[in-house]
Amino acid sequence: MAGVKLEEVRKVYAGNVEAVKGVSFEVPDGHFCVLVGPSGCGKSTLLRMIAGLETTTSGVISIGGEVVNHVEPSERDIAMVFQNYALYPHMNVYNNLAYGLRNRRTPKPEIDQRVREAARILEIEPLLARKPRELSGGQRQRVAMGRAIVRKPKAFLFDEPLSNLDAKLRVSMRVEIKKLQRSLGTTSIYVTHDQLEAMTLADMLVVMNVGRVEQIGPPLEIYERPATTFVAAFIGAPPMNLLRMKAQEAAALIDGAAIGIPEDGAIVGVRPEDLSLSTDGSQPAGGITLGLIVNAVERVGPETFVYGSVERGDDIIVRVPGQDAPGAGERVVAVARREKLHRFSTDGSRRLGD
Amino acid sequence: MHKRAVFNNRILPFALLAPQILVVVVFFYWPAGQAVWQSFLLQDAFGLATDFVWFENYAYLFADPAYYDTIWNTLIFSALVAVISLSSALLLAVMADKPLRAAGVYRTLLIWPYAVAPAVAGVLWIFMLHPSLGMVARGIKALGFSWNPLLDGTDAMTMVVLAAAWKQISYNFLFFLAGLAAIPRSIVEAAAIDGARPTRRFWTIVFPLLTPTAFFLLVVNIVYAFFDTFGVIDAMTQGGPAKATETLVYKVYADGRLGGDLGGSAAQSVILMMIVIALTSIQFRYIERRVNY
Ligand SMILES: Nc1ncnc2c1ncn2[C@@H]1O[C@H](COP(=O)(O)OP(=O)(O)O)[C@@H](O)[C@H]1O
Ligand SMILES: [Mg+2]
Repeated sequence: MAGVKLEEVRKVYAGNVEAVKGVSFEVPDGHFCVLVGPSGCGKSTLLRMIAGLETTTSGVISIGGEVVNHVEPSERDIAMVFQNYALYPHMNVYNNLAYGLRNRRTPKPEIDQRVREAARILEIEPLLARKPRELSGGQRQRVAMGRAIVRKPKAFLFDEPLSNLDAKLRVSMRVEIKKLQRSLGTTSIYVTHDQLEAMTLADMLVVMNVGRVEQIGPPLEIYERPATTFVAAFIGAPPMNLLRMKAQEAAALIDGAAIGIPEDGAIVGVRPEDLSLSTDGSQPAGGITLGLIVNAVERVGPETFVYGSVERGDDIIVRVPGQDAPGAGERVVAVARREKLHRFSTDGSRRLGD
Repeated sequence: MHKRAVFNNRILPFALLAPQILVVVVFFYWPAGQAVWQSFLLQDAFGLATDFVWFENYAYLFADPAYYDTIWNTLIFSALVAVISLSSALLLAVMADKPLRAAGVYRTLLIWPYAVAPAVAGVLWIFMLHPSLGMVARGIKALGFSWNPLLDGTDAMTMVVLAAAWKQISYNFLFFLAGLAAIPRSIVEAAAIDGARPTRRFWTIVFPLLTPTAFFLLVVNIVYAFFDTFGVIDAMTQGGPAKATETLVYKVYADGRLGGDLGGSAAQSVILMMIVIALTSIQFRYIERRVNY
């Protein structure tokens, strides 16, 4: 086991595509780090550089304190779970698990013992004699996990391992991966574009956008205090409402305008779950008040999403508990307390205040 | 469910099929039938009288030790051609599969030999290997080996094997390249992460996944070596010296066309026909279950 450290890592593909533009972070030993970001932001590229499957254009990657930039993937002692599982189609499950151990000349009895142990943990013992094509998607997923854990590597790398599963299985596998990682205590780096998966799995979240790191931190801290409007909109679903406003506009919407909007304006953010519908038009002291026309209402059972727009035209989402909500076309007032407001610089690149 | 074309006109489907059927009948079934018929006939030396002799031509053939020599030649020749062309093609394909800058040029060059007519290929190799004219022949002699394919049977066999194998490499190369491209990259990467170095990756992952392609090509190459190498042999050695490079196909020609033994030659072609049918059916049966994993 070992920590993983990246310093100013860059990747330029042939044809001058700069997929990763100087990324630095450190995953302490035993932590579960999730790289999250929209498709094409360079997550896989970064993971593949850590695995040694792509060369590193510049910067330093170290695993367990050892610089691995020029170490072959076979010598890095890491394990990777691929999106398509990449099981060896001509080998049965037992041999899929044993392959890595055989490559390292592990003695036969030990191979057998470790394969059976991994199979027991992942509950795939009855499948050991089957070929990958005879397995369901979920079972293949488990075998891919088994192949990773059987070797007891320094670190696990996951590249969107759950995205080929159906929604229900995805949730249960997510929980299992988390449990497994906790009990093994192996440093893990997990790539996903799904913010919910990222929030639930990570000890440490790295939010990426177009080849750069936007923010690093524990998931709840990122949720509470997003550093940029990109992070604010990406983490949390439905996304945070963002309103661009000048100082005097803010004064009209925000009681007392005490939160301090700079003269040239700011972007004010408020999460749908922090807004509530005011029935009597009363305004919380120091909070924001938005008059809305309801455009659409989505009732999903435990909660309801109200889609509306303010007079200025911005679209606003309000998340209300239960099923009691206004109908489309009605005028309502949405309010939020002052401490629930986020402020960002007008270009969205900086969090202001607090 | 399969989609079925529905024809309202009863004649149209037959009319559409007719040209194809006509071609197959005229160019395949008719000559094949003729060969079978011929193989039951015996002509006298002057071609004046023809007798129907049932299986006498076959009996004569199988009693002739020269026929077994030819079978043996054919087996050696085919095995060598298949092994050499398959292994060289595989090596070249593995090298071409890497993302090289000049990969396009390299691939195109490797495909050219396939476009060369067999007889031309034969002549090309004769020029290189001719004992007194050939550049390569001179090189071989300079290394202290004796080399005379015009007189020495083994040298002659080596020469036709090289020429025949060379011509087939392109075809094999293309299929191996396609086979390699069909192996998901992540499987090979997973093996790398699992601690397998390139050579081990090749033998434990890539090669097993290529076996369906390799098997298919093996059959194709044997068929090629059996039947399609007539041009090469005719241009280079005419089956000589002393029949050392006479294969089954060449013997059909030599006995029938040159020796005037039409019945015996026809019997030989019927035997060859059965070999083709057997090989093709093995191949078809295998293609149906091509994916062995
Ligand atoms: N082999 C490659 N050659 C050139 N460009 C690539 C290659 N792989 C990925 N890219 C580009 O690099 C960027 C990041 O890709 P990737 O790391 O796969 O993103 P993600 O995994 O976050 O979706 C994309 O713009 C993609 O088109
Ligand atoms: Mg990706």
